[in-house]
Amino acid sequence: MPAPSYATPLEKTWYYVYRVICALIFLFLIAPILIIIPLSFNAEPYFTFTEKMLSFDADGYSTRWYDLLLTFGMQAPDGARDWSWWGDVWANATWVQVAKNSVIIGFFSTILATCLGTLAALGLSRPEMPFRRAIMAVLISPMIVPIIITATGLFFFYSATGLAGSYVGIVLAHATLGIPFVIITVTATLIGFDHSLTRAAASLGADPTTAFFKITMPLILPGVISGALFAFVTSFDEVVVVLFIAGFDQQTIPRQMWNGIREQISPAILSVATILVIFSIALLTTVELLRRRSERLRGLSPA
Amino acid sequence: MTDAAPLTTADGRPLKASLASAQARSRRRAFLLVLPLLLFILVTFVVPIGQMLFRSVHNDAFSANMPNLVAWFAENPAGTDPDEAAFAALAADLLLARENRTAGQIGTRVNYDLSGSRSLFTSGARSANRYEAPFREALLDKDEDWGDPQLWQVMRSASSAYTGSFYLAAVDATRDETGAITWAAENRQIYIDLFVRTLLLSALITFLTFLLGYPIAHLLATLPLRYSNLLMIFVLLPFWTSLLVRTTSWIVLLQQQGVVNSTLVATGIIDDGNRLSMIYNQAGTIIAMTHILLPFMVLPLYSVMRPIPPSYVRAARSLGASSWKAFRAVYFPLTVPGIAAGGLLVFILAVGYYITPALVGGASGQLISNLIAYHMTTSLNWSLAAALASILLGLVLLLYWLYDRLIGIDNLKLG
Repeated sequence: MPAPSYATPLEKTWYYVYRVICALIFLFLIAPILIIIPLSFNAEPYFTFTEKMLSFDADGYSTRWYDLLLTFGMQAPDGARDWSWWGDVWANATWVQVAKNSVIIGFFSTILATCLGTLAALGLSRPEMPFRRAIMAVLISPMIVPIIITATGLFFFYSATGLAGSYVGIVLAHATLGIPFVIITVTATLIGFDHSLTRAAASLGADPTTAFFKITMPLILPGVISGALFAFVTSFDEVVVVLFIAGFDQQTIPRQMWNGIREQISPAILSVATILVIFSIALLTTVELLRRRSERLRGLSPA
Repeated sequence: MTDAAPLTTADGRPLKASLASAQARSRRRAFLLVLPLLLFILVTFVVPIGQMLFRSVHNDAFSANMPNLVAWFAENPAGTDPDEAAFAALAADLLLARENRTAGQIGTRVNYDLSGSRSLFTSGARSANRYEAPFREALLDKDEDWGDPQLWQVMRSASSAYTGSFYLAAVDATRDETGAITWAAENRQIYIDLFVRTLLLSALITFLTFLLGYPIAHLLATLPLRYSNLLMIFVLLPFWTSLLVRTTSWIVLLQQQGVVNSTLVATGIIDDGNRLSMIYNQAGTIIAMTHILLPFMVLPLYSVMRPIPPSYVRAARSLGASSWKAFRAVYFPLTVPGIAAGGLLVFILAVGYYITPALVGGASGQLISNLIAYHMTTSLNWSLAAALASILLGLVLLLYWLYDRLIGIDNLKLG
C-alpha cells in the first residue's frame, strides 16, 4: 500500500518514517523471543554470540545444553545411551520430572476449568441471566487480582485444609486462574450464536440435551478449544502459586526455570526457553486456525 | 379494556402469570448453569482471599497467650499506670509462656509494633520461674525496659485480637505511648515510598505501552487483512510465550556480558569499561514489563481501530484538513475508548506484577507485590503482608470497577 498520490512531500517522508518506526516496534516485540533460539546452541557458557558463532563455524554451535536437560539429575548420566539410559532419563532426569508434573497439572486443571467455564458461559450468555454483570465480574476476577494475593490467600487456606503440597491443591488453584480465559473466549463465541437453531431443533423434537450436543456444541467447539488452550497455557506458565503451595514432588517447568534464573543462570535455561517458544508457536497456530474456523462457522467472515 | 376478560393460556391460567412463571423458570435455568462455577470460585478464590485479609486486622498471638494481662487491661482503662497487680499478671503470664513455649510468638507480636522487644519476652520468660513478689521490682530488676510506657501501650493494644496497627504499619505509622498516631520521618518511609513507586512505574509502563502500541495498532488496523493477520503474529507470539521465557530473554539481552552490551561495544558506541547496567535495576523492570504488557495494549486498541471507516479521515482531508489535523480531530477521538481499555488493563496488571520485578528488578525495581512476598516468606510478618495485600487489592478492585463501568468486562478480548 504506497502513499497516496495526493500526499505532500512531507507526508510522503512521514509515511516512510512511520513504517520504519513500526518495524522497530515489531522488532522490539519479537527479537527477544527469537534471539534465545540461536543462543541456546552456544558451545560456550556465554549469553552472547561468540566469534565462532558469528562466522557460522560449526564448532561454535553445539547441543550440549539440550543434552544437559536430559542428563541433569540422572543417576548414571555417563553410561551408554541404550534403553536403560533412556529409562534412567524418564525416571530421574529433573527436567523430565518437572515436565511430567506440568503436563499432569495442566491437563486436569484444563479439564476442570473448561467444563465449569463452558457451562457458566452458556448461562451467562442467556439474556434472562439474573445479576449477569456482577457475577461475570466475580468470575473474571482471578485474572485481575494480583497473583501474589491469590497465592498468599491459597497458602493459608491450603495449610488449614491440608491441601498444601498436593496435586489436588495445585490443580484447583490453576483451574481457578484459567477459568476467566475460558469464560471470555466461550462467551465471545456465543455472542454471534443464532438461538433460533436450538429452537428449530426443539421444534423438531430434540430434547435439550440432544439439541446441545448436536447443535450448540459443534458450533461453539472452536471457542471452547481455544479457551481450553488458554487455560492450559495459564497453568503451564504459572509459577507464583506453585512457589507458595507446591511440595517438593510438585515442581513444574516454570518453577524449575525460576530456580535456574534465581541461582545460576546457564544456557540450559535457554534451551528450555527455546522448546517453550516452539511450543507456543504451535499453540498460537492452533488457536488462529480455530478462530478462523469459528468465524466461518458463525458466518462472520467469508469462507 | 378493564371489562374485557383477561387473556388466558389454553389451560385457563392468566397469560401474565404463565409468562412470569416461564420467565422465572428460564432465569433459574440460566442461574443453575452458572452456579457450579460460582460456588467453585467462591470456595477456591473468594474465601481464601477473604480469610487472608482477615489476618490483617486479627492477630491473637498475644491475646490468646497472655490471659492474666488481658484481664488486667480489661479492668483498668487506658492511661492507668501499671501497678503491682499488672506486674503480677505479667509475671504469671510469662510463667505460662515458659510452660507453653509461646514466648517467641508473643514477643514477635509485640515486636511488630515496638521493635527490639522480642528478646524482652523470650529472656523474661526464660527466668519466669524465679520471679517473686513484689513482682514490679523483680521484673524491673531483671530488665528495666519492662517499665517502658510505650511497651505497656503496645501490650494494651495487642491485648485485643483485633487491631488496626498493621494497617498503620503498612502506611509507615505507629502509635506512641499516648495512643496518638505518629508518622515515620520522610526519609524512613518504606511502604508509602514503595506504593508511590509502584504507581509511578505502572503509570510510566502504561504510557510506554501506549507510545509503542498506538502506532502498530494503527498500522495493523489500516493494512488489508491478509497483511495485518501476518503482522499480528508479532503481537500474539509474545502474548502466548511463557512469561519466564520472555523475562529470561531480557536477562540474556540486557546483562553486562549480554547481547546488547556486546553489540554496543563491538560497534564502538561504548567502550568495554563502561558497559551499561540495564538489568537488575529499575530500568530492567521497566523494559521487561513494557515488552510483556504491550500486547495487552495493542489488542484492545486494534479492536477499536479496525471498525473505524477509513472514509472518515478521507472526508476530513477532502474538506481541507491537513493530515495531522484530520488525525487529531477525527481519528484520535474515535480511538479514545481503545486507549482507555488498553491503558486501564495494562495499569491494573502492572500494579500487581510480581514475577518480572522479582527476577530482573534488583533492589530499585521492586514493586509492592515483592514486598508482600518478602513479608510472607522471609520476615514472616503475615499480618503486615495481609494489610499491604488488602491495600493493593482495594486499589486493583477500584480500577477493575472503573474498567467495568467504562468499558464493560464483556468487551475484554484476547487474541
